[in-house]
Amino acid sequence: MKYRGLIFANLFRKKFRLLLTIGSFAVALFLFGLLAVVKGAFSQGVDIAGADRLVIINRVSIIQPLPLSYKDRILRIPGVKSITHDNWFGGIYQDERNFFAQFAIDVATQREVFPELVVPEDQWQNFVKDRQGAIAGAQTAKRFGWKVGDRIPIKGTFAPGTWEFNLQGIYHGARRQDDESQFWFQWDYFEERVPDRFKGLVGWYTLRVENPDDAGRIAKAIDQEFSNSPYETRTETEKAFAAGWVKQMGNIQFLILSIGSVVFFTLLLVTGNTMAIAVRERTAELAVLKAVGYSDRFVLLLVLGESLIMAVLGGGVGLLLAKGFTVMVGDPTHGLLPYFYLSLGTMSAGLGLAVAVGAVSGLVPAIGAMRLRVVDALRRV
Amino acid sequence: MVRVDGRGDSNSLIQIRGLDKTYRRGGEEIHVLQGLNLDVGKGEFVAFMGPSGSGKTTLLNLLGGLDVPSRGKIVVDGDEITHMSGNKLTEWRARHVGFIFQMYNLIPVLTAFQNVELPLLLTKLSKSERRRHVETALGVVGLSDRMNYYPRQLSGGQEQRVAIARAIVADPTFLLCDEPTGDLDRKSADDILNILTRLSTEYAKTILMVTHDPMAAERAQATLHLNKGVLVEGVEAAAGSLA
Repeated sequence: MKYRGLIFANLFRKKFRLLLTIGSFAVALFLFGLLAVVKGAFSQGVDIAGADRLVIINRVSIIQPLPLSYKDRILRIPGVKSITHDNWFGGIYQDERNFFAQFAIDVATQREVFPELVVPEDQWQNFVKDRQGAIAGAQTAKRFGWKVGDRIPIKGTFAPGTWEFNLQGIYHGARRQDDESQFWFQWDYFEERVPDRFKGLVGWYTLRVENPDDAGRIAKAIDQEFSNSPYETRTETEKAFAAGWVKQMGNIQFLILSIGSVVFFTLLLVTGNTMAIAVRERTAELAVLKAVGYSDRFVLLLVLGESLIMAVLGGGVGLLLAKGFTVMVGDPTHGLLPYFYLSLGTMSAGLGLAVAVGAVSGLVPAIGAMRLRVVDALRRV
Repeated sequence: MVRVDGRGDSNSLIQIRGLDKTYRRGGEEIHVLQGLNLDVGKGEFVAFMGPSGSGKTTLLNLLGGLDVPSRGKIVVDGDEITHMSGNKLTEWRARHVGFIFQMYNLIPVLTAFQNVELPLLLTKLSKSERRRHVETALGVVGLSDRMNYYPRQLSGGQEQRVAIARAIVADPTFLLCDEPTGDLDRKSADDILNILTRLSTEYAKTILMVTHDPMAAERAQATLHLNKGVLVEGVEAAAGSLA
């Protein structure tokens, strides 16, 4: 590339200004990366939800329970393959800030319904045998430095006292995006220790259907089965359930889009102004280039190229910093966003966005440079 | 042989016939050049003198294809440039014209070598061939030892010599010099004029130079005077036309 020297010499003409412009891109793309990660973390449950899974909650609210006795009646509905139940525990490990989701699970059915959350067989058998046994997601185990065999005390909230658990296993997600932050213990142990008013009740059911195409019909059948009962149900696909959960947090997507748009619009103005100044300063030089035989198109591409190089450099730095942040620092909420991951796809989209901003902001000055008349430009010197 | 009567040899390198250039400023029409004729042969060194606003630089711009005339034609080495499209004119300029400006107009972020190399980047020459050409051009102007210097590290005279090297490196058909010594002290100006004279005599380069400096004009083989857009030959003729 014989023009490389010319392009880079112009680019590095004002090193401090170049640094600031690249810095603007880097900050914007760093922010973009983190916002995309947060958005992804919120919507990840929706994206990875099983197409063949339904969630049944109390029609009033998810915090209202359902009777355990519903389980057999639900299993009798044609098309239901397997069902499991869970309760939210909400205990505190050492400090309230150490949040992670704790569930009382049904050991008999958990793996049938959630086969993607994998526990080594020997660890699972030890867990089943130990009434105080627990299984932690790999992310949570890593976060607290737990290893199999550790004793983990968790202070109950609605269930009083300190609950002692023996960590018998660590699960991993079969897919990268699976949630590895949960903490499971036996539902029977939960049932044994909770106050009487909570006994015989579950938080929600999750079931698998034989055929995902029947999910709508089955959901309707379940809700009809329990209509006009003291515990009416609301059954929906796991995806819809996850989406509803996200919605409770507010319109995250809108918020992120708004912040992102403001950042990129500001970046557009900053870069556009920088490029305009850079072109204005070099009016005579651009005119000389044209005088010695460089075409208008070359001058346009030269200016545009500088803008794009700044965008790619700054954008790349910002995205790498964001990636580094997600890898080294991880989820700053310590568990609220279990899937805190900047994917290659998101990074590519970010770089594409940086290139687009670079192109748009460089285009007006580049067209100005292209249209520059040598005679006029030299007269101004 | 330089002629301004429009009766020059058809083999002249540069032929200008009935050249007009009119600008509009506000509602007023300003006739910068009026019915100008000129013939310049290959290897001739011609100086243009005249008061400010007489049209010297406009004539140079038209000859260099940087501006288009209102009427008339310019033929250089058989190519009529007056009707060329913008792109063709740009290509033509790259092959045929070497510009030397009063303010040197070097690119400050490039070394002397890189500045001189600029016109060659448009050619198909290899990197080693480009290097050879640049070294030769810088050798002609006596700056072989300053190749890696930036313009800010050079004196005004040296900068202008780099500009001359840039103008000659692609071996153009003719050189257009707009006040090449206008920003230099006497010693540096003499050095520049020596180089231009040598380019004309030793290398048979055709040079058209605009100047206000009578000593610079003396170096040329012919001096033409422009007054109110009209070209006249020789000092006496100029005096007559001004009278």
